[in-house]
Amino acid sequence: MPMEVLPGPVGYIPTPAAFEGVELPPPGKALLYGKIVDEETAMREAAKALLTRRNPTIFPGPLVLWGWNASAMEKAKAVLELAMEIPNCRIIPMPDYRPKYPKIDPEAEINPNHPNLTILHNKIEACIFVGVHCHYANLSLRMIRAGTNCFTIALCAEMGHEDAMVSLRDVHADEIRRFRDVIVQVREEMGIKWEPKLPPENPSLPKEEYQTLSILDYGEYSYLLLPRRGEHITETE
Amino acid sequence: MPEQKVVDADYLLLEAPRERKFITGAQAMAEAVKRANVDVAIAYPITPQSEVMHLVGDIWAQGYLKDYYRAEEEYGAMSAIAGAVRGGARAFSATSGPGLLRGLEAIASWPGHRIPAVLGVLTRVVNAPLSIQPDNVEIAYLLHSGIIVLHAENQQDVFDFTLASFVISEMVDVYIPIAVCTEGFFVTHAKGYVNMTPEDMKLPPRDPYKAPVPPTDCEIPPARIQRDAPVQKSNFMSYLIHAVWQQEVWASNIRSMKYIYKYLGGPIEVVNPDAEVFVVASGCAAAQGREAVRYAQLEGLNVGLVKVKSIRPFPEKEIRQVLSKAKAVIVPEHNIIGWLAKEVKAAIPDNDKVIGGPRVYGGMTLPVELIMEKIYESLGIKKEKKVVV
Repeated sequence: MPMEVLPGPVGYIPTPAAFEGVELPPPGKALLYGKIVDEETAMREAAKALLTRRNPTIFPGPLVLWGWNASAMEKAKAVLELAMEIPNCRIIPMPDYRPKYPKIDPEAEINPNHPNLTILHNKIEACIFVGVHCHYANLSLRMIRAGTNCFTIALCAEMGHEDAMVSLRDVHADEIRRFRDVIVQVREEMGIKWEPKLPPENPSLPKEEYQTLSILDYGEYSYLLLPRRGEHITETE
Repeated sequence: MPEQKVVDADYLLLEAPRERKFITGAQAMAEAVKRANVDVAIAYPITPQSEVMHLVGDIWAQGYLKDYYRAEEEYGAMSAIAGAVRGGARAFSATSGPGLLRGLEAIASWPGHRIPAVLGVLTRVVNAPLSIQPDNVEIAYLLHSGIIVLHAENQQDVFDFTLASFVISEMVDVYIPIAVCTEGFFVTHAKGYVNMTPEDMKLPPRDPYKAPVPPTDCEIPPARIQRDAPVQKSNFMSYLIHAVWQQEVWASNIRSMKYIYKYLGGPIEVVNPDAEVFVVASGCAAAQGREAVRYAQLEGLNVGLVKVKSIRPFPEKEIRQVLSKAKAVIVPEHNIIGWLAKEVKAAIPDNDKVIGGPRVYGGMTLPVELIMEKIYESLGIKKEKKVVV
């Protein structure tokens, strides 16, 4: 009998759900508390958690934060549309995976090496992972289940995550919008009044002035943005 | 070199027509590499692996691979494989015995670094005393490294396991390396019939962006997206990140089981599932076990075979189920320590019925008669031993 994947804290060291018989869902299905269910069922349960638990937060990872390609940019737009429909939702990015020492600013970002710091500092009880590479999402989801009571929802572009309470697979912009619609529907059923609006600006990030932004603002990485001698760039964003 | 067309992996592995050839195990491994759209092969020569890498060198010269070279030694070879795979290439290497142990530090780091490489392990004695002869004790050293370990019985298995390994290892929910092991000489240098997919078909190229980690560890603007384990600094959270990272390696190992079912017909093969006595064996010993089962059936004895194809992940559930009603379990092996017997004993509740042996090592062959002796012993049959002078 596979284990039931419930919000933690499960304790000092978590047991991976995969060790306890939880398997990733086939295409068209989802995971809810470790069991394979229809996507709609999982989406509704995720919506209820986002609408009833404290401080719902979206953690977008590098695959939606950076404009790698057109589909990443479309996905980023869909994430914002999703955030607008969740009352009092915040967005805290996971921009990269390197360790930040001596420690991260938990209001500015979440880091896979100690994701519980951000969750505990902000008292987040429901969260969405989207655009985080599967390996780092799995590490984070397990650590969050170990040390916090956060309800985790994984919107995965690949095959999903056993350690999330709700895991949807093959999620791209269209599927995010479908999830947004389910949230709106459940919200109305629950009689929660909400006018769609963007989450607050991240208070810890410096304001970006695109008019004055220069290559030099990229510091040690600036040389990567400069065209090489003789290189002619025809395509830009 | 014939023009190769890219075909769907499922089609190539499960549906494509097959042609029968009489070839060595080394040839079978090289033929699988030929059809796997491999970018680079790197190795350091050692007997009996060198036969495989000579042949892979030939197919590189024919244009099937983009790059091929001899590294300075195995540590360098296995480290270079890691670099090539991180850079987005599909890579293959092979080694044997002492070479495996020399490369082991690098190999053991592959799963944690999420390196989906395929490694041929053509087993031989591990020194000392020095010998190049068959013995598979080296597989024991791989069992706790996180790598997926398959053990091929014959030339057909070598072809099938090697080709499928490239597909399984690159699955996003797996993404760890696979060792395809088989006995040196007994399989690598002996010929058998192999049903092979067409020479003019190959797997799709590796897509390094379909991965659970960023494709490279380079500086990608506007952020440096590092994929290394951040354990350089000591504090409590570093220990926990390392713990869950190790868990992820083994979770990935477990996830590969569904693909072993899909592409290799499952982690075990069972002959005569209602048997009273089972021979449980892997690799070359499974071939001898198969023959012992045939002898036993000729004598009217109810004996079955469990061939274990996948050593990691180990098919605990499957073996427990098959052996639940067995009176005795015989585990013949080509090594002194009996690593397979230990695995079987750990998997079943009534493990006092497991007979750890017969075992041969140091290059000795495994006569079917040795297995038959254990079968008679387990059934309480007394046979007179004839001494021919």
